[in-house]
Amino acid sequence: MTLAALLSHWARNKMQLAMLLAGLTLATALWSGVQALNAQARGAYATAAALVSEDGAARLDTPSGQMPQSRFVALRRSGLMVSPVVEGRVVLGDTRVTLLGIEPLTAPPGTAAALADGDLQGFVAGGGFAHPETLAEIGPSDLALTPSQAVPVGVVLVDIGTAQTQLGMAGQISHLMLTGPAPRPLPEGLRLSQADAGAELDGLTDSFHLNLTAFGALAFAVGLFIVHSAVGLAFEQRRGLFRTLRSLGVSLRALTFALALELALMALIAGLAGLALGYVMAAALLPDVAATLRGLYGAPVPGSLQFSPVWALAGLAMAFAGAVLAGGQALWRLWHMPVLAPAQPRAWAIASGRAMRWQVMGALGLGVVAVVLAFTGSGLFAGFALLAAALLAAALLTPAVLALCLQGAARFARAPVVQWFWADSRQNLPRLSLALMALMLALAANIGVGTMVASFRATFIGWLDQRLVAEMTVTPRDAAQAVALESFLMPRTDAVLPLRRVDATLAGQPGAVFAMRDHATFRDNWPLIQAAPDPWDRLAAEQGALINEQLARRAGLWPGDSVVLPGAGAVSVLGVYPDYGNPLAQAIITEGWFDRLYPGTPTRQLAIRTDNPEATRAALLDEFGLSAQAITDQAQAKALSLAIFERTFLITGALNVLTLSVAALALFATLVTLSGLRLVQLAPLWAMGLTLRQLARLELARALVLAGLTMGLALPVGLMLAQVLLAVINVQAFGWRLPLQVFPADWARLALWAGLAMFAAAAWPAWRLWRAGGGPLLRVFAYER
Amino acid sequence: MTLLALEDIHKSFASAEGPVPVLQGVSLTVAGGEVVALTGESGSGKSTLLHIAAGLEAPDAGRVLVGGQDMAALPDTGRAKLRRGTVGLVFQQFNLVPSLSVGANLAFQARLAGGHDAAFCTQLAARLGLSDLVARYPEQLSGGQQQRVAIGRALAARPKVLLADEPTGNLDEATGDAVFALMLELARAQGAALLLVTHSARLAGRCDRVVHLRAGRLA
Repeated sequence: MTLAALLSHWARNKMQLAMLLAGLTLATALWSGVQALNAQARGAYATAAALVSEDGAARLDTPSGQMPQSRFVALRRSGLMVSPVVEGRVVLGDTRVTLLGIEPLTAPPGTAAALADGDLQGFVAGGGFAHPETLAEIGPSDLALTPSQAVPVGVVLVDIGTAQTQLGMAGQISHLMLTGPAPRPLPEGLRLSQADAGAELDGLTDSFHLNLTAFGALAFAVGLFIVHSAVGLAFEQRRGLFRTLRSLGVSLRALTFALALELALMALIAGLAGLALGYVMAAALLPDVAATLRGLYGAPVPGSLQFSPVWALAGLAMAFAGAVLAGGQALWRLWHMPVLAPAQPRAWAIASGRAMRWQVMGALGLGVVAVVLAFTGSGLFAGFALLAAALLAAALLTPAVLALCLQGAARFARAPVVQWFWADSRQNLPRLSLALMALMLALAANIGVGTMVASFRATFIGWLDQRLVAEMTVTPRDAAQAVALESFLMPRTDAVLPLRRVDATLAGQPGAVFAMRDHATFRDNWPLIQAAPDPWDRLAAEQGALINEQLARRAGLWPGDSVVLPGAGAVSVLGVYPDYGNPLAQAIITEGWFDRLYPGTPTRQLAIRTDNPEATRAALLDEFGLSAQAITDQAQAKALSLAIFERTFLITGALNVLTLSVAALALFATLVTLSGLRLVQLAPLWAMGLTLRQLARLELARALVLAGLTMGLALPVGLMLAQVLLAVINVQAFGWRLPLQVFPADWARLALWAGLAMFAAAAWPAWRLWRAGGGPLLRVFAYER
Repeated sequence: MTLLALEDIHKSFASAEGPVPVLQGVSLTVAGGEVVALTGESGSGKSTLLHIAAGLEAPDAGRVLVGGQDMAALPDTGRAKLRRGTVGLVFQQFNLVPSLSVGANLAFQARLAGGHDAAFCTQLAARLGLSDLVARYPEQLSGGQQQRVAIGRALAARPKVLLADEPTGNLDEATGDAVFALMLELARAQGAALLLVTHSARLAGRCDRVVHLRAGRLA
């Protein structure tokens, strides 16, 4: 009966109920959607790990990345449990894939599982397996490929012989998978390394997933502001009902239980709706996330979403946790409210004033935490903790700062309506404060992330212009073709700059050593962040190496320090170059030294300097019959790099827009709920001679002023966020640091959007006030009789 | 001189069963300095008549002349302007502006009407016993004090017509009597036409004239 009486409130306030459910639904949807994306990606890493190794088994390889197949035969005959693998990138049909060649009889069980349902004879005879999504991307192909869910996206699993043919690696293999214990001592010329691709991808993509989780948490928090606000206002509106029920003999325990039950009911409804919405959202975003992870990290993530019951239960739990978090204060207040406590707006405001003082104290405490973390913290989690503390502190300070601004404005006001406008805005601030805090957070996140991305884009484009100076690049089919191509091109072009690399562990991080030919192309254009004196001359004289920024920052290596290169021991760091978009460590040494350290390393690409790229391209096509995909011109390379860049931040942009939308909804929910309570405050002014049109305009103006002030507050907070993202999070997550650049035009655009969002949120209640005529205001006088 | 004239006022409200007539041809005049009590049972249409007199509600038929101007013929902006400058309203629940101090509340309507006289406001505050309370906010006052602020606010603009709807309904008898006496005295001193709705025969007896509304008609 008590519950029925409580629920009758929602029957009369359907819009308020809709907003409460929408807030909790959105919060759950954004959080669980992000978690679905993370779970899907991590599942894909595990699949990849299972395919190429058995529970993180080790592998044997050489620094050059190749070894003769005869080596496998010899080791196997000596009793060593190894299986050969040929691995390389190749264009199949319409796309570039990773071709993974295995020997099915000696392959580990994880790999064999991918073949379990397949035709082994067809496989050995030149067939292969690929994920259905990869098959769709490839389209028509010379290989007879069979769909298999066990193969990661972007990988084609073939027999070792097929891979050797396709990759031009006749008689060569890439590495050996260990299917038994590691030999002691290691066979000569081979090294033992971990082949746990899943763990490696997990490590590399951790920052990406942490970023997603942080955004999910932010959106969840913003959504909870809506719920908290709606629950709080509903509590205020039902004070009279609580008094009546208590007077009629309903115990406090029964009343609290009924309210908790009501909240749980809503959490269940909104949680289920949020799960459905989160699933749809994740399914819509997954193709972009998968493309980003593939482009940035080469992570094999499929673009279609699988449903997981664990994920659904976790999402529902979050909805309940959110409801408890948002409704806890209302329940606490009910527990402590005297039976006959009157509903006095000013008393409520005074209580809110006390709460504001506590908020300010909390904000100061969090500010101290943020400062301490800024100076003493290290690591990605410390970076995010710093961000969380600073953002929460700014959010908690928002109402107090807005109150000060409104108080200041009231001092300068002379006209009575203007005076009332400021005073009334200030008095209503406690009721709007949660929605305004949500708006501030959403705007600050937009400014911060937008500034970070725009700074990154500006730096990245400048860097690409400097770095991609070669007019074209050619990818040879094999080592022999690389030699032939170089001989052919040398007399016909200004310069041919071969790219050779060996995989290596540098300062404990996965990475590679590159060969660089001494040429003006690099001396004139290759940007360096820090350099020792005469770095290029000393590089040419084999006195040291250049390293990328990722390696420098993660390992703390700068010019003057030493880095250990495989086979060379400690070499001097001559300079540090920016290397955006690459998560791995890199070192560059001069070509001659490289060839002596890692003999036989094949040339993977040739960068070509020429005045006539078209003629060179035509000559290459005529002479070598190269496929069009093997030749990339500068514009294509830039376009590809920029496309990868834009895709990387697509998901961030989408979450930004969603968070701002949630904040706009929070405002709408609050303003619609408040519109009923506002009548009591507006009725006297109408009676004293203000028209309904004037009052509606003032309500709209108030919303816009508050949006403007909130935007003004969000600007420094957003810039602080951008600075932390650029100087702390990016460095920890990606390994590069970028200069902060400001983009006022973007801020103006965002301010316009914020204004429009606020206008849209306030327009409906204002329009209703105007169009309803004096009836609702007259009822104020009548109801109070 | 007649400052408020209600002529053949008709008003009905829509309901599920069809229109419900509330006022059926009510005519009434109040002269400057005159105090008229409007009595009647609950639902007899007293408040509706007062709202129509204030221009808060439009009659279905009839004329409302405030200071000689037909309020019913004016558009919303015109009615609002007339209300600002010519009409003072006092409600049972006081309906002060909660975000403004007592001083600002007192001066508010007068300033809206552009006729603010600081000296007069100060004098009014003193007369109403509010001099020490001008910096306070409405919720910091007792019911009697709040009603005195409401009366002061209505009178500060020197209205020609003062309309009061159960002004003492929320006050105890002693406080109500004191507030009532003060309102009558100030309204008379200003020469305003005062129409007040009351259930109290005792208070009505202290007015110049009593009119009784029954089933939408003056008895």
